[in-house]
Amino acid sequence: MATQSQHSTTRRDFLFVATGAVGAVGAAAVVWPLINQMNPDASTLALASIEFSLAGIEEGQSVTILWRGLPVFVRNRTAKEIEEAKAVPLSELKDPATDESRTKEGHENWLVMIANCTHLGCIPVGESGEFDGWACPCHGSQFDTAGRIRKGPAPTNLVVPPYEFISDTLVKIG
Amino acid sequence: MSEHSTYTPGSGIEKWLDERLPIIRFSKEHLMDFPTPKNLNYWWTFGAILVMCLLVQIVTGVILAMHYTPNIGMAFDSVEHIRRDVNGGRIIQATHAVGASMFFAAVYIHIFRGMYFGSYKAPREILWILGVLIFLLMMATAFMGYVLPWGQMSGWAATVITNIFAAIPVIGTPLLELLRGGFSVGNPTLNRFFSLHYLLPFVIAAVVALHIWALHVPGNNNPTGVSVKDSRDTLPFHPYYTMKDLFGMVLFMIPFAWFIFFAPDILGHPDNYIQFDSQVTPAHIVPEWYFLPFYAILRAIDFNLLFIDSKLLGVIFFGGSILILFLLPWLDTSKVRSGNFRPMFRWFYWLFVINFVALTYLGAQPADGIYVLLSKICTAYYFIHFIVILPVLGRIETPRPLPTSISESVLSKSHA
Repeated sequence: MATQSQHSTTRRDFLFVATGAVGAVGAAAVVWPLINQMNPDASTLALASIEFSLAGIEEGQSVTILWRGLPVFVRNRTAKEIEEAKAVPLSELKDPATDESRTKEGHENWLVMIANCTHLGCIPVGESGEFDGWACPCHGSQFDTAGRIRKGPAPTNLVVPPYEFISDTLVKIG
Repeated sequence: MSEHSTYTPGSGIEKWLDERLPIIRFSKEHLMDFPTPKNLNYWWTFGAILVMCLLVQIVTGVILAMHYTPNIGMAFDSVEHIRRDVNGGRIIQATHAVGASMFFAAVYIHIFRGMYFGSYKAPREILWILGVLIFLLMMATAFMGYVLPWGQMSGWAATVITNIFAAIPVIGTPLLELLRGGFSVGNPTLNRFFSLHYLLPFVIAAVVALHIWALHVPGNNNPTGVSVKDSRDTLPFHPYYTMKDLFGMVLFMIPFAWFIFFAPDILGHPDNYIQFDSQVTPAHIVPEWYFLPFYAILRAIDFNLLFIDSKLLGVIFFGGSILILFLLPWLDTSKVRSGNFRPMFRWFYWLFVINFVALTYLGAQPADGIYVLLSKICTAYYFIHFIVILPVLGRIETPRPLPTSISESVLSKSHA
C-alpha cells in the first residue's frame, strides 16, 4: 500500500483537494460576518471625535468627560505639579516619556488622558498616591503628575488620546 | 458496558422500543445497574450534587430571563423589579445568585477530592480534562451572569476581565473591541453577555454528558485508588448510590437554603446595588469569592520579565494557573492514585490546600504593602506544587502497601 501511494496524483486527488479548499474558503466567508457583527457598530463609531471647552476649569481642577464611551481626564495642572513632573529623570520611569511629550506646546498646564488604567481599565483616583498623581484602587498602580506609571502592575503610562487645540479654550479629541 | 446489562424487555411495547431505540436498556445499564466501587465515601456524592446545581441554575435562570431586560437603561431596575414585584421573584433570584456560589463550592470540593484520591490518573485523563473544561465554562458563565444586574461590581468586572484580553500582543486591542462591541463596556457588551450567559449552561450540560460518558468507560475511582478487580468490589449504582447521593444532596441543601432564606446577599457585594457608572470605580473592587485565588495571582504579578510586560505576564500566570490543571495527569509521576497511601504527598496536598485558601484571602485584600508580597509567595508556591513537587514526589516517595482489592480493604476495616 505504502509504495503504491508514491504514484503521481490522480484526478480524484486533485478534485478532493480543490473541493476541500473551496469549501474551507466558503466556510470562512460564512463565519466572518457572524463574528464581525460583534465589532463596534456604526452608532458606536459615530462618536469618534468630540470638541470640549476648557473655559471654567481652574488651575488645580480636573474634569472627566466621555469620548467614545471612554472617560477622559482633563486636568489643569498647578505649577508645582508641572515642576514635579519635569524633575523626574527618565531613567526612573518604567515607560520613559518626557513631560513635554505628554502635553501640547504652549499648553503645558493641560493634561488630557484616557482615564482607564492601562492595567485592566479601572479609573484611577486623582491627587493621590505617592507621586501626587493618580492611584488605581483596583490593583494598586500609581501614576505621577504627568500620568506616567511609577509603581504597580500597569505596563504603560496613561494613554494620551489624539487631540488638538482649536483655540486656547477649545480642544478637539479624536 | 453492555456486559453488565440484566435488562430483558418485559412487555411487547418494551421489546418493540428496545429494537428501535434502546433507551430503557441504556438507562438501566448506566443509571441503575452500573457497577460502582462499594467503598465510595461522601466526597463522591458531589458529582450528583453538581448535576443538581446545574439543573437549579438552568431552571431559575430560564425563569429570571422571563423578567429581565438586557439593556443598560433597564437592566439594573429589572433585577430590582424581579426582587420586589415578581411573584416569588425574591426567592428565585436569590436561589440563582446563591446557587452560583454553591455550585462553585461544590465544584471546588469535587476538584480537590479528585486531586487527593488521584482521580486524574490513567485511565481517567480524558475524564479529568473534560472536568477542567467544565470548570472553565462555569467561570465564563458565572462571570457573564455577574455582569447582568449592571451594578458597579458588574460593570467594573466586565471592564477588568475583558481588558485581560487586551494584554495579548498585536491582536489584543481589536479583540477587546470585538468582545465589548465598542471602545468601552456598554450596551452591546451587556446584550451579548446575556445571550451567551443563556447559551453556555447548555454547553456545560453537553460537556457534563461527555464527562459522565468518560467516567462510565473506566468506572469510578475509589478511596483506595485500587482498580475494581471483580464483582465483589462493586455494588449496583441503584439503590446503593442513588440513595447515598440523594442524602448528600439533602445535606447540601441545608446551607443552600440558609443562604437563600436568611442571607441572600451575604456572598455578594454592597457596591453591586449601585447602578454601573463608567466614570467612577469603587474604592475597592473584588470579584465574587470563587474567583479570588485566581484574582490574587493576576494581581501578584507587578513586574516585567525580559521582554514581557507586567500586564501580559499577569495574564499568563492567571491563565496558566487554570490551564496547568489540564496537565496534572502527566505532572504527577506517582503510580499510586490515592493520597491515603502516599505519606509525603499527603503533607504537600494539605499545604497546597492551605496555600489555595491563603490566595483566596489575599485576593480579597487591598493590593498594597505586605499583601502584595504574600500574594507573590503564594502564587510561586501554587506553580511550584505542580511543576516541581508533584513530578519529584513520584520519584522519591515510598508509598505504603496497597490493599490487594477494594473488598479486602473494606473487610479489613470492618474487622479492625
